[in-house]
Amino acid sequence: MNIVVCIKQVPDTTEIRIDPVKNTLIRQGVPSIMNPFDKNALETALQLKDAYGGKVVVISMGPGQARAVLREAISMGADEGYLVTDRAFGGSDTYATSYILSQAIEKLGPFDVILGGKQAIDGDTGQTAPSIAEHLGATRLTYVLDLKVENDKVIARRQVEEGIEVIETSFPVLCTVTKESNKPRYATVSRKLYSMSCDIPELTFADFPDIDTTKIGLKGSPTKVKATFTPKRTATGVTIEGNSPSEMARSLIHKLAEAKVL
Amino acid sequence: MSFETCKDVWVFIECFQGAPKSVGFELLGQGRKLADGLKQQLCAVVIGKDVDKAVEGAARYGADKVYVVKGDEYENYTADAYGHAFLELVSKYDPNTILVGAMVNGRDLGSKLAVSLHIGLTADCTALSVEAETGNVVWERPAFGGNLYAQILCSETRPQMGTCRPGAFKKPAVNKDNKPMIIEEAIHTPADQIRTRVLEFIKAAEDQGMRLDEADVIVSGGRAMKNAENFAVLQELADVLGGTVGCSRAAVDAGWMPQTRQVGQTGSTVSPKIYFACGISGAVQHVAGMSESGTIVAINKDETAPIFEVADYCIVGDLPESNFQTQAKAGACSRPGLAGMAAG
Repeated sequence: MNIVVCIKQVPDTTEIRIDPVKNTLIRQGVPSIMNPFDKNALETALQLKDAYGGKVVVISMGPGQARAVLREAISMGADEGYLVTDRAFGGSDTYATSYILSQAIEKLGPFDVILGGKQAIDGDTGQTAPSIAEHLGATRLTYVLDLKVENDKVIARRQVEEGIEVIETSFPVLCTVTKESNKPRYATVSRKLYSMSCDIPELTFADFPDIDTTKIGLKGSPTKVKATFTPKRTATGVTIEGNSPSEMARSLIHKLAEAKVL
Repeated sequence: MSFETCKDVWVFIECFQGAPKSVGFELLGQGRKLADGLKQQLCAVVIGKDVDKAVEGAARYGADKVYVVKGDEYENYTADAYGHAFLELVSKYDPNTILVGAMVNGRDLGSKLAVSLHIGLTADCTALSVEAETGNVVWERPAFGGNLYAQILCSETRPQMGTCRPGAFKKPAVNKDNKPMIIEEAIHTPADQIRTRVLEFIKAAEDQGMRLDEADVIVSGGRAMKNAENFAVLQELADVLGGTVGCSRAAVDAGWMPQTRQVGQTGSTVSPKIYFACGISGAVQHVAGMSESGTIVAINKDETAPIFEVADYCIVGDLPESNFQTQAKAGACSRPGLAGMAAG
């Protein structure tokens, strides 16, 4: 089974703080990590390889430093990593990014299964992976818990709001994976050593002679950022005073009733 | 699709087994605002096997027109069938703007439409408006876990499209006399074009009572709850108030609560009438999922906790020790009418 996993390097959003004076994001010192959901996608890929054999390829689009997450993926067990990088790809929104990644997948493929996290924790759109499927004309299943192969058919369990769908489909299929899908494995020492020195080839604009230049980068992105701002928080709450918890509780209930909330 | 001819604001009314989800109706309220701003009509799009409830709801919540695609192949959501039906409608009626709920299936459909139509899609919006001079919708959305908000425009393509978080907007007022024009389109998707098939559906276990997005009262606990047992106390308070229990990511990571109970960026977005944040510090990721609540009560022993910046009522105190909830419960029961309300 040939599997490709799309991985994004993201800032650890739990570490991001807002500068209280300038009201801007403090990015300095914020660690870059592999998008947590992509790690689950990688684990799904590795489990499929363990069960059915084959190869796991990881790709990431981003600047040179994104190699770090490809190396991490290789340390966990991925066979090959490719960095999709070019100035011409910069500023891409989900439409352009998914198009470029679909071109990379076509170039490196064919693949039976394409995997990605259900969303990235920085942009949080959840759109890029299913959009890749659409560019490729592949079947897509989002929020997949697990998948297996039965008589050449893919059987996947998909988490929706109301419960779990059991779905039958065929290859090639793109799946996005959630946190509940699995627990990502740790790197082994030997893989870790290998990942530090292995070759991570680049795929640049020049590697895609047939790419549609109207669909890439800032210019090829239909969404434009008009403005960004940090949310304002102003404390306007009423503090409930009291000498004991029961006094405070009574006071709160009284105030809620007074405000006709209860 | 051209700028000159495209018209109307469309809202996809997502259903599950014939039951419309509230996000579609919430978006009819926003759709009305955009449609008025653009001086165009508000249209609901209903796709399914059993469509009656959704059509009825679209009328009640103010749609001017309802486009209906009905068929056995639409019993379950599939990107292939729903995508095909929706794209046929778009090519026939040429909408200006499309709003879709940011549900599991809504997000999936959104990406399918965006790529097929070569248009932009702004995901998980929390505020919408129209730029009067250009007719562009201003899509506002959080990013970086709610640390940053961005306003997005799709000024060069039509239709313009966005998904919106459930619970981010209130449902509009009901208009019982609204009689929209119902346009049923006989669009069918051949079986060989539908590449996925739902073999079975396993209903979610009713793990802890009512769904978060449907509760009027949510009592949430965080890291300072210290253990799973203390959540039973929150459950008691929730029961008294006729609500349900939620939690922060810290409580899920600690293994005290299931992920289905998580409120916040990677959990549910909720807007109950009252939200109790007990021992939750108020990281932006959590606040992003509950800041639209009607009234927020925060209980935390750290008086500098950011949760107090969004709370309407603040109580500085240590939770498990003070056993505050039991007291609040006693207080609630002692007020006439409250116990009855809780029972109902």
